[in-house]
Amino acid sequence: MRLKLIPSETSFDFFKRWRLWLGISAVMMVLAFASFAIRGLNYGIDFRGGTTIRTESSEPVNVGAYRDALQALNLGDVVISEVFDPSFGPDRNVAMVRISAQDAEASVTPETIDRVRAALQEIAPDVEFVSVESVGPKVSGELIQTAVVAVALAIGAVLVYIWLRFEWQFALGAVVALVHDVILTIGVFSEVGIRFDLAIIAALLTIVGYSLNDTVVVFDRVRENLIKYKSKGLKEVMNVSINETLSRTFMTSFTTLLALISLFVLGGDVIRGFVFAMIWGVIVGTYSSIFVASAILLWLGVKRDWSKPTDTTGNQFGDVDA
Amino acid sequence: MLQVETWKRVLIWALVAVGLLLAMPNLFYDRVERHNDAVSAIEGGADTSENRDAAGAWPSYLPSGLVNLGLDLRGGAHLLAEVQVEDVYAARLESFWPEVRDTLRPERDTVGTIRLQPSAADELRVRIGKPENMEQALELVRGLASPVQSLTGAGSTDITVRGEGSDIVVTLSEAEREATDDRTMRQSLEIIRRRIDEVGTREPTIQRQGFDRILIQVPGIGSAQELKDIIGTTAQLTFQPVVSRTSDPDENPGIGNELLPSMDQEGLYYVLEQAPVVTGEELNDAQPTFDQNGRPAVNFRFNPSGARAFGDYTAENIGSPFAIVLDNEVISAPVIQSHIAGGSGIITGDFSVEESTQLAVLLRAGALPAQMTFLEERTIGPELGQDSIEAGQIATAVAFIAVLVFMGLSYGLFGLFANIALIINIGLIFGLLSTIGATLTLPGIAGIVLTVGMAVDANVLVFERIREELKTSRGPARAIELGYERALSAIVDANITTFITAVILFVMGSGPVRGFAVTLGLGILTSVFTAIYVTRLLIVMWFERRRPKTIEV
Repeated sequence: MRLKLIPSETSFDFFKRWRLWLGISAVMMVLAFASFAIRGLNYGIDFRGGTTIRTESSEPVNVGAYRDALQALNLGDVVISEVFDPSFGPDRNVAMVRISAQDAEASVTPETIDRVRAALQEIAPDVEFVSVESVGPKVSGELIQTAVVAVALAIGAVLVYIWLRFEWQFALGAVVALVHDVILTIGVFSEVGIRFDLAIIAALLTIVGYSLNDTVVVFDRVRENLIKYKSKGLKEVMNVSINETLSRTFMTSFTTLLALISLFVLGGDVIRGFVFAMIWGVIVGTYSSIFVASAILLWLGVKRDWSKPTDTTGNQFGDVDA
Repeated sequence: MLQVETWKRVLIWALVAVGLLLAMPNLFYDRVERHNDAVSAIEGGADTSENRDAAGAWPSYLPSGLVNLGLDLRGGAHLLAEVQVEDVYAARLESFWPEVRDTLRPERDTVGTIRLQPSAADELRVRIGKPENMEQALELVRGLASPVQSLTGAGSTDITVRGEGSDIVVTLSEAEREATDDRTMRQSLEIIRRRIDEVGTREPTIQRQGFDRILIQVPGIGSAQELKDIIGTTAQLTFQPVVSRTSDPDENPGIGNELLPSMDQEGLYYVLEQAPVVTGEELNDAQPTFDQNGRPAVNFRFNPSGARAFGDYTAENIGSPFAIVLDNEVISAPVIQSHIAGGSGIITGDFSVEESTQLAVLLRAGALPAQMTFLEERTIGPELGQDSIEAGQIATAVAFIAVLVFMGLSYGLFGLFANIALIINIGLIFGLLSTIGATLTLPGIAGIVLTVGMAVDANVLVFERIREELKTSRGPARAIELGYERALSAIVDANITTFITAVILFVMGSGPVRGFAVTLGLGILTSVFTAIYVTRLLIVMWFERRRPKTIEV
């Protein structure tokens, strides 16, 4: 007896309402974009410059008192958040303190750190700085630029690869799905307000990779079935293909999620945001390979006969001969 | 039908064996690390019995490569420094002034009086008394130019000289600036490396990044501040003639002179000649010591040319004071009592023992040619790193077991084959990471966990395909063969696209992100290898032995 996530033979009609699905995705993207435009992302210091200090103390974190103590130092914008993790005992109280950049270029000075330490020691005498990270505005500006270029490059490279391996309709479908995934992920980050730092860019690119992985497997089957079932309509062929790969799609997404969820729960608070992005990406990526990438392929249409050269080239040569 | 040639079998198992052997030292991380430290200590001359014991604790015929742990796992400090390369231009131009003066002085009849003018830092301005003979003066100064010593700048000279009214303006040529920048960067890197080595920390990373930046990562150091103390001071030591003393910080020192504060006496300033007699670059050695009053001091010795210059100067200037200047502060300004030959001396000041020790280290390692600005700094406490390792280990183990159980439940015996391949896969990733000396970071662990999840994908693709083929094909052997054959294009396309993103991450990313890209990329390579070759070989071997009439996947 085998564990089966879904029956081995399915015949769902995924494209009965494909316009509706595309419409929903479009609305979601607009919402995500609006959230990004209105709320903005909670950029970490990698992208806005500044300093984050991870403090640890045996006394409970009093966010208000911390804030009052630091406000007195006139360091500009100060953000304090308490960090929770099931692995912390009652005598481990962790907080993240973020102060804005103090200088136009450079990272924080040791004097500033010492002042912050002294101010916090007034409230919690045993407070320790477990980590101090500081990024000067000069670098952070460049980091944003690099990150945007990296995501754009990844999507571009993928577009070219799929174009070469398949047809332009496939490439376009896959890339729209990727953009969809990236935008929805950014939307979730702006809506939930999770810190957006360099590691999240890595997560975004992994989502790009994963979503693509999924899309390519479906497309590969579509390509195969287009040759196999010459007389069936495109919609039917695509339905068959997705049903045939559905079992694999679920297996892979499920094992990946299994691994990611264990990392989310047990991997510690430092990478939780990063793992959250990937979990969300796996879910959205799986959805988008069917309801965005394939739906777009259906919308655009695709040439059917892969065994012969395309009509246009054949005709051109025919004309020359005649 | 279903078969794999013998040479292929041997090759596959050999690769697996080598990979696992290379990964093995990581299971005994502490012991191997102590072994490696001890071996390098013995090579460095510290042949103590303790070191030999530690070295003997791990057999030398076994591989001893380990996965480096990144700063976020081990704790340590990270700095990104920008070198102010322009600082060097001013010093270069300053050194031209005596030459210009000495060249023009014999021609005073044609060019008239020669006076140094105040100017921007990137030019040298000399006013001559007879501007009508500017052309001859320019010609003479141009004669001082020498060819640029660099590949790109070949054929050009180091200075450009032009006339502006009655001023001769000397600037560095573009080629010379480039050559100077490059030299400044190389010197800075070398000196930072020497300073960090002097302190003796393990496996520091010191890399040039981009045009004028240096990335420094030192595991195990307490804070970025400590690191800054070591490398943040330029430690430029100069011996300069004293013109006068003053208490007015705004006094105009006059052209060619500069006004510098005293290090330990508040409110005291010295007017010094800008061009130094000797600089710290001419030092051979510096050691912490104590002066005759038992106060911490630094003992130094010049190299031969420094010793000669210093000896000549002291012989000519007995009775006048000279200043010992460190990073634009006057440490002391003794009066020259006698001709100091032999080229050694002592620097006394208001030092603590630590300060004198550190100053000696800095002087020994040499001065940084230019100031540095710190653009980025990160300190990760060792406890946080330890926590992250532990959490990462638990999470990876749980993820691993969950996936193994799930695969077993879903595919039975074939799932077991996939699981063996998955275990080999993780071993291979660590083997590769140790061999290329890659650094494992926290996102890197996430990359491995993601690989665990995704590595099964290739197997799933194949198994699902075999299930489909079983419905239509004749016999299980044919189904297995077709399953592999037909799943291949999907596996290859899917993994190449993910690999592309890993490569882009590696190229564009830095630090932890790059660590993630490395494990993700290697994970893709090993998982494709294990899925296509190892699992298949396992299935083929099982099939040959059992010859089942029917199979259930």
